[in-house]
Amino acid sequence: MGAPFDPDPKISQYAHPERLVTPQWLADHADDPNIVIAESDEDVLLYETGHIPGAVKIDWHADLNDQITRDYVDAEGFARLMSAKGITRDTTIIFYGDNFNWWAAYALWVCSLFGHADVRLLDGGRQRWIAEGRPVTTDATHRTPTEYPVTPRDDATIRAFKEDVLSHISHGPLVDVRSPGEYSGELMHMADYPQEGALRGGHIPTARSVPWRRAAQDDGTFRPLDELQAIYVEEQGLAHDDDVIAYCRIGERSSHTWFVLTHLLGLPRVRNYDGSWVEWGNAVRVPIERPDPTA
Amino acid sequence: MLTPALQEIVDDFQMSPREMRLQMLLDYSRGLPALPERFADAHETLERVAECQTPFFVAVEVVDGHVHLFFDAPPEAPTTRGYAGILAAGLDGATVDEVLEISPDFALKMGLGELVSPLRLRGMSAILARIKRQVVLHTYGEAGRPSTD
Repeated sequence: MGAPFDPDPKISQYAHPERLVTPQWLADHADDPNIVIAESDEDVLLYETGHIPGAVKIDWHADLNDQITRDYVDAEGFARLMSAKGITRDTTIIFYGDNFNWWAAYALWVCSLFGHADVRLLDGGRQRWIAEGRPVTTDATHRTPTEYPVTPRDDATIRAFKEDVLSHISHGPLVDVRSPGEYSGELMHMADYPQEGALRGGHIPTARSVPWRRAAQDDGTFRPLDELQAIYVEEQGLAHDDDVIAYCRIGERSSHTWFVLTHLLGLPRVRNYDGSWVEWGNAVRVPIERPDPTA
Repeated sequence: MLTPALQEIVDDFQMSPREMRLQMLLDYSRGLPALPERFADAHETLERVAECQTPFFVAVEVVDGHVHLFFDAPPEAPTTRGYAGILAAGLDGATVDEVLEISPDFALKMGLGELVSPLRLRGMSAILARIKRQVVLHTYGEAGRPSTD
């Protein structure tokens, strides 16, 4: 059986309180043999500068992505990774990371593609853990490799591809979680400097702009349930049975929003379009919406 | 073309396995010289590199035809700091021409793309591009570098 849930009052309000833990809960349960703490960062060297004692590192780029095809690792690769990190199929994995848990949410989402059941986020991530003065160490973590079963990746339920998005336009809500400048396409006007890899700026037609950051508070934690409902339900009108697709640039910020919609608000049909703008903004003959910059 | 110092760093990285390269990058991050005191009250003279995900600033000075680099990068961004540390170690004191001739693909040759993902590498190339632009500005003014063709 997995670890117990965090009874924290803010967390208890969410639709799936079993998906989030506080630093205090993690400190109290760090020695639970069924828990593995995993750090996933934007900056791939950050773990080496100091991590939560006992935490393993999961590198979004080197560990989770296939190194040739633009895709995630396959079932064998995922099983090898989990095994090497000392994770069994029954392990409770607590993810945390830098930058508002972008990559922690991304890693959690990738584990969910493979059906790993008990995956949780540390609310506030690395930023809050350190702000609270909790211990970090540069000591290497050694875990005994496990037998992790080879389980197929389900690309249909929580993942969307370009073709899915094309047929989704005008049929269901699309949530663009990038910054307003990326949404309007104006960031493509920066002269001489490389942007992160798209030839066209703008957004997918019908997509609404709801920057991921709106779901977060300054200390890195998620907003309380009522504030999230005000944004996504009251303001954006997302309904419980809506089929929602979220996207950003390469799928990390939209993992953050995917987590909010799926686990905090409890929407059962949310997909992350990980191809995101780096695919859409480079694809030939896909429709793009962009406000007239001279208007 | 690379400066001899930068070429040596590139060679070291090329010869090392992945895990070792990560450690070496971390060492350069730790070894990045602190921003000199005189910039403390003149932070606006530093240029922000907007392409980097974290606040990252660079200042360039050209003295007697030699380039000096100063960086301000937060400890929460060790990868970018590491890249800055490599530039500081490999380029500081080089001549204007040497800096302008640096081919930006050196980071790829070092295997950094494999470490930090090719996308993130672009933020790093942007640092070098801005350094070069400032070197041209300090040396030749707004008119830019005369064509050598």
